Amino acid sequence: MKADQSLDCVGLYCPMPIVKTAEKIKELKPGEVLEVVADDRGITQDMPAWCQATGHEFLGTEEKGGEIKVYVKKAHQ
Amino acid sequence: MAEAEKEKLTIVMFSGNLDQALAGFIIATTAASMGMAVSIFFTFWGLNIIKKNEGGIKSQGLMRKMLNFMNRGGSRRLKLSRFNMLGLGTAMMKRLMKDANYPSIDEFITMAHQMGVKLIACTTTCGIMGLEEGSFRSEVESLAGAAYFLGEARESKTTLFI
Repeated sequence: MKADQSLDCVGLYCPMPIVKTAEKIKELKPGEVLEVVADDRGITQDMPAWCQATGHEFLGTEEKGGEIKVYVKKAHQ
Repeated sequence: MAEAEKEKLTIVMFSGNLDQALAGFIIATTAASMGMAVSIFFTFWGLNIIKKNEGGIKSQGLMRKMLNFMNRGGSRRLKLSRFNMLGLGTAMMKRLMKDANYPSIDEFITMAHQMGVKLIACTTTCGIMGLEEGSFRSEVESLAGAAYFLGEARESKTTLFI
């Protein structure tokens, strides 16, 4: 999936990927896509939940080896 | 989102153990990331988490002085609720956290504060234990009583007692 920006969260455990995502999303413009790369499995459940709470759009998950990529579309400022 | 429109989370941090403090701060920082307004109300042993790490704790009277000597507190002196083993278990857990690149309680407090989490010390337990406002680190916003906590909790969707 194509993303406008990427955030490396490999090696970080909950809640750090979510905390960093919340910080990083501020740098994007509405409509842009953020890719978060992580290896903590929790992110597959945490990111959709975070999106539901914050109103941003969860686009999906891609997994290759132990690496998990999740995609979030910024919905609002 | 305006502060008043945010969903609220209120946590009573009663325990002063390292593991329980960690659970509290993980939930608090995550909630703040999710756009919630978070308050943590520290009482009893929980006050140890937000005591200053440096210097002594000044208090009046022999019993209070003894209490604050034996129960010094500070985020870097917290112990595990189980398997402390005279500090060995706690040291090992801290080592594991460090190796995993995981934030310490100290770092969690700073992070939570930067994210707008309100840290409040309970006036009643401060009074009984002889703790003044100067006993706490600068991130602590204010001292307040049970009515303030209930005022926050009534408006909160989630309230936790840890």
